[in-house]
Amino acid sequence: MRFHTPKTFEQAATIAAGASGLTRFLAGGTDVLVQLRAAIVTPDDLIDLKHIPGVKDISRTAEGGWRIGIAVSGAELGRHTGVCADWPGVVEGMQLVGSTQVQGRATLVGNLCNGSPAADSVPGMMAAGAMVSVIGPQGSRAVAVEDIPAGPSRTTLLPGEVITAIVLPPRGAHGGDAYLRFIPRTEMDIAVVGVAVNLRRDGARITEARIALGAVGPKVMLAPAAAQAIMGTTLDEAALAALSAAAIAASTPISDKRGTATFRKDIVGVLVQRAARIAYARAEGASA
Amino acid sequence: MPKDDLKTAYRLVGTRPNRPDGLDKVTGRARYGADISAPGMLHAAVVRSPHAHARIVRIDASKALALDGVKAVITRADFPTGLTGDDWNLQENTLAGDVALYDGHAVAAVAATSKLLAQDAARLVEVEYEVLPHVIDVDAAMQPDAPIIRAGTADHSVPEGMHPNVVKYIEFGHGDMDAGFAAADLVRAQSYKTEATHQGYIEPHACLGQMGEDGKGEMWVCTQGQWYIRRMCSAVLGTEASQLRVTPSEIGGGFGGKTTIFMEPLALALSRKAGGRPVKLVMSRAEVLRATGPTASASMDVKMGMKADGTITAASVNFRMQGGAFIGSSPVGEALSCALACYTVPAVFHQGYEVLANRPKAAAYRAPGSPMAAFAVESLLDEMCVELGLDALVVRLKNAAREGAKASYGPTYNRIGLVESLEAAMAHANLKVPLGPNQGRGSAAGFWFNHGGETSVSLAIGEDGTVTVSVGTPDVGGSRASLGMMTAETLGIAYESVRVNIVETGALGVNEPTHGSRATFASGLAAVEAAKQAIAQMCARAAAEWGIDAEAVEWLDGAAVPAGPNAGKFPPMSIAEIGAKMGSTGGPISGHHEVTAGGVGASFGAHVVDVEVDPETGRTTVLRYLVVQDAGRAIHPAYVEGQYQGGAVQGIGWALNEEYVYGADGRLQNTVFLDYRIPVASDLPMIDTVIVEVPNPGHPYGVRGVGETGITPPLPALANAIAAATGARLRSLPMSPPKVLAAIKAKAHG
Repeated sequence: MRFHTPKTFEQAATIAAGASGLTRFLAGGTDVLVQLRAAIVTPDDLIDLKHIPGVKDISRTAEGGWRIGIAVSGAELGRHTGVCADWPGVVEGMQLVGSTQVQGRATLVGNLCNGSPAADSVPGMMAAGAMVSVIGPQGSRAVAVEDIPAGPSRTTLLPGEVITAIVLPPRGAHGGDAYLRFIPRTEMDIAVVGVAVNLRRDGARITEARIALGAVGPKVMLAPAAAQAIMGTTLDEAALAALSAAAIAASTPISDKRGTATFRKDIVGVLVQRAARIAYARAEGASA
Repeated sequence: MPKDDLKTAYRLVGTRPNRPDGLDKVTGRARYGADISAPGMLHAAVVRSPHAHARIVRIDASKALALDGVKAVITRADFPTGLTGDDWNLQENTLAGDVALYDGHAVAAVAATSKLLAQDAARLVEVEYEVLPHVIDVDAAMQPDAPIIRAGTADHSVPEGMHPNVVKYIEFGHGDMDAGFAAADLVRAQSYKTEATHQGYIEPHACLGQMGEDGKGEMWVCTQGQWYIRRMCSAVLGTEASQLRVTPSEIGGGFGGKTTIFMEPLALALSRKAGGRPVKLVMSRAEVLRATGPTASASMDVKMGMKADGTITAASVNFRMQGGAFIGSSPVGEALSCALACYTVPAVFHQGYEVLANRPKAAAYRAPGSPMAAFAVESLLDEMCVELGLDALVVRLKNAAREGAKASYGPTYNRIGLVESLEAAMAHANLKVPLGPNQGRGSAAGFWFNHGGETSVSLAIGEDGTVTVSVGTPDVGGSRASLGMMTAETLGIAYESVRVNIVETGALGVNEPTHGSRATFASGLAAVEAAKQAIAQMCARAAAEWGIDAEAVEWLDGAAVPAGPNAGKFPPMSIAEIGAKMGSTGGPISGHHEVTAGGVGASFGAHVVDVEVDPETGRTTVLRYLVVQDAGRAIHPAYVEGQYQGGAVQGIGWALNEEYVYGADGRLQNTVFLDYRIPVASDLPMIDTVIVEVPNPGHPYGVRGVGETGITPPLPALANAIAAATGARLRSLPMSPPKVLAAIKAKAHG
């Protein structure tokens, strides 16, 4: 195994593009190192991105959103008052990843690139409409988070491509988001179902909604029909029932050691209502 | 005698000093199994079967041996042949012979100059398998079409016509069953199932072994019993027990799972084959879960007859248990004996079957068999109390076993404390807390025999009057503190003046492991006797110096004193003074006691739990939990409470989420703690404890064992609480959210 510590993303992309075997990028390492130790993935080239300037920064974008470096840990994200105020659903998703110790290392981009359908931070980013900046042999591009996962442990990133930052859009007025997951325990577990809801209100009425579902399909996915079910409503009982039905209809879960398909469908219908209520309440409290 | 009087009768017993191993443990200085290294050491890795049941056609290690740095590869061919009985079982489990019997069964082992190299080499060992049909579930393994795991294993007890996987049958009972059931106002029968669970000790198995071609060996190992390691390794390897010296490390949990061998002979055999270089072998968590002993899974039928006033008139149980692919590994006998032990029932009948399955060889796990039995019996008792409109705790008290009663498993009870425990539980403040929507309260009683066993302890007086105690029972739960306290109490000296060492196999006679909740009981009993011998010697030294009869000297507050005014007038001669000059007054002073300890006192307990169940997700939250248990006497109450809490927590995990999840291919799916769901700290409330003290007349300080009973009531207590919260009765463990939600839905639709 070759270990690289590039000083720029361009260098990192060049090393990755030139590597012939198995390549992994290292940021927090909370997936890569675990898989390495368990002999699940033994990379030929391990490219450590932590030495690239700026990877631990969180900054305002010109548009009023947030640009989050690829090595910003969950613990650092959770202490950032600006991001926490704008996107509590994104932050609470990230903070559910692993233990306190893991939070000191684990990153949003790592959670995204690990490609798990059960990744806790990904539904929140998707619902928020987050983008990632990508650099690779063909230059730079911006990609929506929902276009990154390709299936279990796979992404749509091309060989040699590396994510350089997460960009959250401006929060704007009267918006709120929330993430809920179901686990049998209270922590240190993998989502059996994860649901993120992001919405905007005009008074009592919902004017924008994005809903993302985790662990109920081969990848984290947006559920446009579920979002549509609450658009224009005041989240009344009929809307909640339609929301639940749409989320269940959008789910194609499997039965595995973490839960049965039937159970996951039941739970996605429950959690989507609960998350929507939280996001709705947060949107009311949000200032202009 | 009232409890308070008991506690004030002693200077140290009943107090809470710091544990002697505490500082080392919190600073990281304590040496666990994997912390032991030696010069020239090699590292081992184990090749394991990926199949639940497969004939081993061929093993080719040539590619592994060709790697630079690989020093030895062993297979079953390196072990002696001709073993019988349990020795053969141990050898077969250590390394598979012709057939791999479960996913994770060891088939070869490699020693190399680094751990990574050993792991690489293990992957290069080519094993050709012929996959055989397998069976995982205990009921399925008894069906006529079940694959035969090992024909001819069954002993003479098995009735004719049963499947060859049924290898043992037990039945016993007393009383007129027909009359008993006829006398009942309500007779109910139900079936229950429990999944296998692992002890979940935080420290994986680890050892460092060294053995020369002459059969002389050394082993440093994480174990509950160094003499068991010695005997079992020697049997598997065909060497002489006394030529192997085994030193136990500090131990990060055992709960019964470290009272046997799993991979220890591999380190010794590899060392012998690698020219006597020491070999370190440390299991990963996945290896621990795949290839070390969980407890058995169980399928159980219970029938009970009850009068309208709650009097139990008759009860019968029929249990089937699998403990892996080896006879004698399931605790079905213990389960039967524990099933009805809490109650005095005029007519009882027990039947049990041990069944082979393609699972890892079961090991002891905290009160082996008793939790499953309690789940079945205490659940049915609760169901019948609900049906009759009776308070289950009142019914338990009404039928509770008492001193002088014939136990369900045969003997007559000595002084026991079930009644006191139930009464203390019923009086506890937790039972007065009002419950809200979706909340329920459940209770259960529990029992464990406890054990005495082979015990050898030495005690030596130091030149400064301090004292060293050498014991053979590894300290899994604070026994160095309790043994030090009892020794200091007996000698009349400070607790801090006693050091208790857990010693290697060369230093004492044979000791059984720390199992059966016996360390504080049996090593404590022997330490007290050893201290009394030392006291007698010290009194004799003082008598000689004073020129009076030894009988005229007595021991008081850590010093020899004249027995009375007639004995003469001499100032007290302290243990320090005696120790300082013992070389010139007759030589070293020590005490030694060995015994197969009898006088064991059973421990009973009662638990009460409040839960809240999310009706939309089936998720159970434990709101409050009460453990009440008879300790006999709590030498160090904090560590007794710790045992109560630990037992309750392991039981809660077993009840709610722990299970072995097998794929259709017979492979274990959840081989790490991420998916083998033991409770995490945030899942639990503080576990409330009440120590009941009904002293055991068989121990100088009244000790009963306290380590095991606590895991027995949680399984049914949780089931009873969930039933109270939801109206849905779960008769199969774990009561995980999918199963609870399904039960809630079935009830709503039914």
